[in-house]
Amino acid sequence: MKSSNQVEIAAGIFLMLGIAALIFLAVEATDSNGVKGGQTYQVNALFSNIGGLKRRAPVSMAGVTIGRVESIELDSETLEARVVMNIDARYDDLPSDTSASVLTSGILGDQYVGLEPGGAPEPLTDGDRILLTNSAVVLEQLIGKYIFNTEEEAE
Amino acid sequence: MNGQAQQQWLVQAVRRLGNASVFLVQALAGMKCTFFHVGETLRQVYYIGVRSLIIIMMSGFFVGLVMTLQTYDTLSRFGAGDSVSTVLGLVLFKELGPVLTAILFAGRAGTAVAAEIGLMRATEQIDALDLMGIDALERIVQPRLLAGIIAVPVLTLVFNFMALLGGVTFAIGMMGVDPITFWGNLQNSVGLWEDFGAGMLKAVAFGVVASWLAVYFGWTAHPTSEGVAKATTHTVIATSISVLLLDFVLSALMM
Repeated sequence: MKSSNQVEIAAGIFLMLGIAALIFLAVEATDSNGVKGGQTYQVNALFSNIGGLKRRAPVSMAGVTIGRVESIELDSETLEARVVMNIDARYDDLPSDTSASVLTSGILGDQYVGLEPGGAPEPLTDGDRILLTNSAVVLEQLIGKYIFNTEEEAE
Repeated sequence: MNGQAQQQWLVQAVRRLGNASVFLVQALAGMKCTFFHVGETLRQVYYIGVRSLIIIMMSGFFVGLVMTLQTYDTLSRFGAGDSVSTVLGLVLFKELGPVLTAILFAGRAGTAVAAEIGLMRATEQIDALDLMGIDALERIVQPRLLAGIIAVPVLTLVFNFMALLGGVTFAIGMMGVDPITFWGNLQNSVGLWEDFGAGMLKAVAFGVVASWLAVYFGWTAHPTSEGVAKATTHTVIATSISVLLLDFVLSALMM
């Protein structure tokens, strides 16, 4: 039988071990230190079709992730998808005529928002809308068009 | 006759569940925060938490190792071997960590608690405490219950950490997955609250269930050596089934 003091010290070490594991896992193995944590500004864009885009999907420019999709909802006036994006505040000089498209990484990969810079001198600021958008390519529509075209050629 | 027996059995089962619930409420309602109780709870944390560390760490490491091995093998057939950390992180934090920890805890510490309290009952120590006017529920049950509720989430964290270490050992150490890709995929795909937090919430729930069932079966054990043996067996069976069932319900709720 160990003395009561040693037992309590061991229990204390055990709890500290738990807290250390909690901090390590929360910081190193989750998204807590991603773009979400830093300063961001919001821009939104209307897409006629977003395909399989989901919340928290990356927003990238030239392949570099600079933000995340914050929310997706149907705009009740235009009946288009309104995608709100949080962009890292470090990238605050994107041209105001930047265009956005819903793209797919790889053939079966997840969908993300790709930004293409324009040439306007004034930058995008918090709450701005990206006017130039390209919708997601939906496979069924693509196949439909292809079949339709070949039928026309046959006639 | 058979129908009647079935009815009897059902009534008994419902009665036992009600009995166990009343027991839990009584034990938690009489919560005291005196120097003795904190000290005793800490001592119990040592006996049921610290002493489960070895089995939890070993199991965690090898679970992480073998899970990474299998997932990496399957994923690399689709050319997606780099996603191994995504699968490892999500499955581990949300399901395997809390569930396996709770079941291992039931086998390692739950049985010990049930046998200890059952033996106190069999050797009339609890009756002796009652005679002296000492509340046995508060002295014996409560510190063990609290210690279990504290220990299971901590053990789950240790399990997750060791499993991740096992995953890193296999994926980065043996298979040569790029460390930056490994950690990057993990950080991109595992949400702090919706994945990691949900898993820890489960761990707390399992901690309550596992320690509650252990003290309950010990407390209600028949005061014979056979009764104590039955209590430990029931603890493991009931905890395993309730944890798996509760896991399904909680996962469905948190989806």
